Amino acid sequence: MLHVLLIVFLISLFYLAIANRMTSYVKLLAAQGILLFFVAFLELKHINTVNLILILLETIIFKSLAVPVFLNYILKRNKITREAEPFVPNFVSLIITTVIVVTTIILSNTMEESYLDKMYFVVALSTLFTGLYFIASRRKIITHVMGYLVIENGVFVLSLAVGNEMPMLVNLGIMLDIFASVLILGVFLNKIGDVFKDIDVNQLTNLKDY
Amino acid sequence: MIIIYLIGSFLIGTGIFFNRGKVLNYTLIWLFLALQCAFTVYACMHYNQTESNYFTFDALGLIMLLTATIIAIPAVIHSHIYIEESEEKTPRSRSFYFGALVLLISAVSAAYLANHIAVVWIFTEITTLSASTLIYHHRNKLALEGTWKYVFICAISITFVFIGILFLSLSFAKGASDDLSYKNLLSHSSLLNLSWLRLAFLFIFTGFTVKLGLFPMFTAGVDAKDKAPGPAAALLSSIVMCMGFVGIFRFYILVANTPLLHWASLVIGIAAFLSLFIAAVYMIKVKNIKRMMAYSSIEHMGLVMLGIAAGGIGYYAAILHIVLHAFVKSSLFFQYNQIYRVFKNKNIYQLGNYFKYNTTGAIVVLLAFISVTAMPPSGMFVSEFLIFRSLFEANQLILLLVVLLLLTLIIWAFAKSVFKILFIPAVNFDESTVPILSPWRSVSQFILIGGAAYLGLNPPLIFVDLIKTSIMLLPH
Repeated sequence: MLHVLLIVFLISLFYLAIANRMTSYVKLLAAQGILLFFVAFLELKHINTVNLILILLETIIFKSLAVPVFLNYILKRNKITREAEPFVPNFVSLIITTVIVVTTIILSNTMEESYLDKMYFVVALSTLFTGLYFIASRRKIITHVMGYLVIENGVFVLSLAVGNEMPMLVNLGIMLDIFASVLILGVFLNKIGDVFKDIDVNQLTNLKDY
Repeated sequence: MIIIYLIGSFLIGTGIFFNRGKVLNYTLIWLFLALQCAFTVYACMHYNQTESNYFTFDALGLIMLLTATIIAIPAVIHSHIYIEESEEKTPRSRSFYFGALVLLISAVSAAYLANHIAVVWIFTEITTLSASTLIYHHRNKLALEGTWKYVFICAISITFVFIGILFLSLSFAKGASDDLSYKNLLSHSSLLNLSWLRLAFLFIFTGFTVKLGLFPMFTAGVDAKDKAPGPAAALLSSIVMCMGFVGIFRFYILVANTPLLHWASLVIGIAAFLSLFIAAVYMIKVKNIKRMMAYSSIEHMGLVMLGIAAGGIGYYAAILHIVLHAFVKSSLFFQYNQIYRVFKNKNIYQLGNYFKYNTTGAIVVLLAFISVTAMPPSGMFVSEFLIFRSLFEANQLILLLVVLLLLTLIIWAFAKSVFKILFIPAVNFDESTVPILSPWRSVSQFILIGGAAYLGLNPPLIFVDLIKTSIMLLPH
């Protein structure tokens, strides 16, 4: 069951590569939050209940509810056009995402490690690199922030892999998630929406090496 | 005491944030400086003791803490002058500035002393928050752009460090305990799984390069130092860079005691050489003096990490170089504020004949130039020479030749600009608006540069012993 959920998570990355509309991205992030909730519930059997409830609440409330609602608010407030114009065509993005997943699978096979379930490693690293590619290939600032949230989801999957032995690390990861997301989303995205009328990364090129 | 220090700084910081009165703010910031000095004295008296389980007053931490305290004092003085003289000062911006300054200095001091990698990570995150508040001080469009770039790249890098910590815990899986402190990891270094440790090192190194100012994540720091107010940029390019160095160095000590030493040195060497190359290219190109100083910091960090990669005497030289660089670069940024007061511009073409308008300041610029380019009477000549010697002893002759060539290019680019600023009059410059600046403003910079020369040429025995103790655990 755990593996099925992780594979569905991986498939959502492919969907991310070809999706065009902003609302699809937001719905995808919410769906990833729900998947992570179930994965956390099934995996973290050995940590104490209070900690587990905190982790579960964080995935459901923060990743699936609070962040998508806030992103929708920003999309409405700045009247962002629903399409994100990528630098590369969507088909090429899909190929690149496939290459990333295949490379991660090959990489994980070179590690002879019976301790870690390879699936976690593959999913986590694929999500991380897909998130990085997503940031690099998109124009709008808000899609950059969404790429960062995808990276955060990948980090969460990786922390679940060690979560049974060291629950402190999962807590630290959640703290990072909340802190960085509040800082980036809450404070700066608002400010950027106020100052720059069109949230396009091409606007952020004034700080040049002149 | 460290808990008292952290709670005290947090309370002082929040007090400054929420209070808008001028007298109370300045009282609080001087109270913070007193607390910082008291804490440094306490740390020196309790050498090698562990407090609150996560902080150890070891040799490297003490060296960096002393550097931070010595630089924090002129930083507060110059911030005071800067805020009083800026045109768009409001009580709110003053509170935010000084509150963030307190938070930055205390977070950096705590990061120096932490003996657990996750604690270093937490305090590095706090410095991101406080540094971004400082960069956003002017609240205009360019400042917003610089702050956004800094926050975003720092967030990604901090995530990378966290992923590295996760891989580290994976490599430590068969260990006796789940304690990720450096001492525990070092004592179990033979049990670490090397392939996970490799990944952990890559991610942690990449993550900390944003604070250190090295390839690949140096770009955030350059924009940040360009847009931040002068004293804040001085702190960003001295004590925050030392914090990035401490983060990488403590982990490197662990990796150096495993079979991965050669590979890790190769990775660091490649990143350092690329940083040096990029710094050389950009210093020839840029005409904005603040950006030029920022790229010069990147060049020096490239040299420091080349010393670490080369090994031998390079370890000693790297720590000496980073301490001396912190003193000299911060004095340059403190002097920058006076240059801006005279000329109201950052572009080299609009600056010129500085000797006429502010003689003491111009002498500071000249002395700082001699130090930054590591010419003999300055202290940094000693540390750079030792780094070259370590490269020579590691049989990296071609690398040494290319590095010397790049440094010659950098000296030429920097000298061209500095001598233009000092001696050649600017075109269309209106002399009637030049304020008369008191020479007493430059006293702190003379003290810092003189201190760097003293520490380099005739270091006190305690200083040498402290550096030797901090590199003791590295293989020789």
